[in-house]
Amino acid sequence: MSRNTFRFLLSLLLIGALFLSACAPPAPQPVAAPTTPPPAAAKKLEIFSWWTTGGEAAGLLKLFDMYKQKFPDVEIINATVAGGAGFEAKPALKARMLGGDPPDSFQVHMGRELIDTWVVTGYMEPLDDLFKEEGWEKVFPPGVLEIISYNGSYWSVPVNIHRANVLWYNKKVFEANGWKPPATFDEFFTLAEDMKAKGITPLALGDVGIWASTHLFEVILAGTLGAEKYNGLWTGQTDWNGPEVKQALETMAKMLEYANPDHSALSWDQANDLVIQGKAGMTIMGDWVDADNLAKKFADSGWAAPPGTQGIFVALSDTFGLPKNAPHPEQVREWLRLVGSKAGQEAFNPVKGSICARNDCDPKLFGPYLQSAMQDWAKDAIVPSLAHGAAASESWVTLINDVMTVFVTDRDVAKAQAGLAQACKDAGVCK
Amino acid sequence: MRHISWDRIFSILVILPSALAIAVFVYGFIGWSGWVSLSNWDGLRPDLSWAGFGNYAKLFATPRFQIDIRNTVVFTVSFLTLCILIGLGLAILLDQRVRGENLFRALFLFPMAISFIVTGVTWRWLLAPGDPAAGRLTGINVLLDGLNLPLSRWYTDPTVLYIQPTSELGQFLGRVGLGFLATPTFGIPVAMFSIVIAATWQMSGYVMAMYLAGLRGIPDELREAARVDGADEWQVYRHIVFPLLRPITLSVVIILGHISLKIFDLVAAMSKKGPGFATDVPAYFMFETTFQGDHYAQGASIAIFLLISVSLLVIPYLVYSTRREAEL
Repeated sequence: MSRNTFRFLLSLLLIGALFLSACAPPAPQPVAAPTTPPPAAAKKLEIFSWWTTGGEAAGLLKLFDMYKQKFPDVEIINATVAGGAGFEAKPALKARMLGGDPPDSFQVHMGRELIDTWVVTGYMEPLDDLFKEEGWEKVFPPGVLEIISYNGSYWSVPVNIHRANVLWYNKKVFEANGWKPPATFDEFFTLAEDMKAKGITPLALGDVGIWASTHLFEVILAGTLGAEKYNGLWTGQTDWNGPEVKQALETMAKMLEYANPDHSALSWDQANDLVIQGKAGMTIMGDWVDADNLAKKFADSGWAAPPGTQGIFVALSDTFGLPKNAPHPEQVREWLRLVGSKAGQEAFNPVKGSICARNDCDPKLFGPYLQSAMQDWAKDAIVPSLAHGAAASESWVTLINDVMTVFVTDRDVAKAQAGLAQACKDAGVCK
Repeated sequence: MRHISWDRIFSILVILPSALAIAVFVYGFIGWSGWVSLSNWDGLRPDLSWAGFGNYAKLFATPRFQIDIRNTVVFTVSFLTLCILIGLGLAILLDQRVRGENLFRALFLFPMAISFIVTGVTWRWLLAPGDPAAGRLTGINVLLDGLNLPLSRWYTDPTVLYIQPTSELGQFLGRVGLGFLATPTFGIPVAMFSIVIAATWQMSGYVMAMYLAGLRGIPDELREAARVDGADEWQVYRHIVFPLLRPITLSVVIILGHISLKIFDLVAAMSKKGPGFATDVPAYFMFETTFQGDHYAQGASIAIFLLISVSLLVIPYLVYSTRREAEL
């Protein structure tokens, strides 16, 4: 072979390779045809979530084990992206969904995050038949069923419920000083003064990435406005320019005076460490703090509803759905049956540190905090969480996060209120 | 003749695959981003209807973006200045033929081998300020406290230094119609310097290596000739060495400049947008608004803005260096 022929063949090969890779047919997409079972080799199930640490990862693996026992021939792919509240995972998911490469099923917060991001835009399959077959309409509370439905259909299966409004404190420190958890904002500030005088940081806050401040704000909003007006904020019925929102912002500005000054350097669990060590008095955070305390073997944890939110349950929930064009829809349906089942939820939730979305789980399986949460869940007014995707669309939450980023620093109530009102308009909810 | 044309065909064939790939995956996608930036795509569903330049007008009116531009300018200027001063200083010291030069050179260069994410996480711990009022100290503040030096709030400091409108200078600016200069928009966010410290730690060794190569490229005869003419060491540097290092400085400015304009990973790992956006940068805003807020058109406008600002830096340099090559 002469040198030129060799070169010519080599370049043909290169170009051929390029065109072949560019023109290769996309991986065969199984069309949802339940009559023909997919070939044995294709039995896979890819679950996308941000459950990577401690109890949440352990809970997920428990569900996987249960699934494998039932379907030993299905290979489960655990696609996780680490990061608190899914702030890193969600962009990765969007890139996959927009790129036409959906995972089989993915973790998504119940509420506007599910509906506005994925359902209204037409990326999900309805699950009405599954809800009927499994009788879920009877076991999930009506409030939850309402939040996961849109246009008369159900779009995802809730696996757990978390409570956002919990005030966590160190029982030992409180008992030693004769303190009681504050029931009103006035009591909160009196207590905070006392703590400050004793050299204890009153409020531990860890808002790196800002969502913990938005979380604090939603709890103050609920405590100031009450359940009904709080709900009205997300439908445009409560005026963002009204006096109650102003009052909530003023309360928050005052609360931040009592928070640790390095809050923007800490995460929520590092803030909880301050409470565990007795360096800070209280922290207002969701009930995943309970799992954190258990993991850190901290037994003296006390909890109460934050000021003004007695009888209100600010809820968020992790759910799983079925995206359109998911590669293995049959395996996903079985997965959804499992996460919605009593056995599945009873296995997952005690480990994850959340309560069941179903109302028939056995309380004896849960720790003392979760038992109290189950009682509140049954009787409290349930309202959606803002910071965790239930109350407002993601684009709205992003705008509110931006307002909070500035407000936490400059504490300019008038400017923040104007920003919040504008955010509601930009989100298309207020006029 | 036949052989030459064969060679030509061969070279075209070999370049073709990568040329096609670059055309699609670089320029094609730049064009795509440009199109998206001029569209109405707001929300997850693509909407490529024409919006015109309204997205850009809105972007520049967004307070967060104005803060981002301020932060980028502050970061770029201080990062470049520090890197050049430290890099040149180290290079001159190493150029004195010290013993163990290889060891020092490797030592100063090592940080560059680390990714900005690792640098960011490490410096986030080192510069974590703790809560001095409550007697809880962390990171470098422990050291500063031990040395009785004033403590800093580092990247959690929301302070923005700017000319007070009530000060004499501020009043003067107000009188000559430049009152806008005496606002936080033209201030200096203190928190940004924590990012500058981390970035300088990582990149100054690289600058040192470039200057060291430049110094070694200056023939000893030139320095000797200057010394024979009676120049002292400072004059040798002032009149011989520094002018000959100018092309190196230009390369350093280009390379570090485009890094600092596009910086994302370091900020994302270290402080994210920071207190009151004190450490926010356009690339981080772009990430949040696109992938968390679903404001795709706005995100694409920021991307195009970044591309243009980097081009303004790089293209003149490319033109200059191609011309010089042509002259040689």
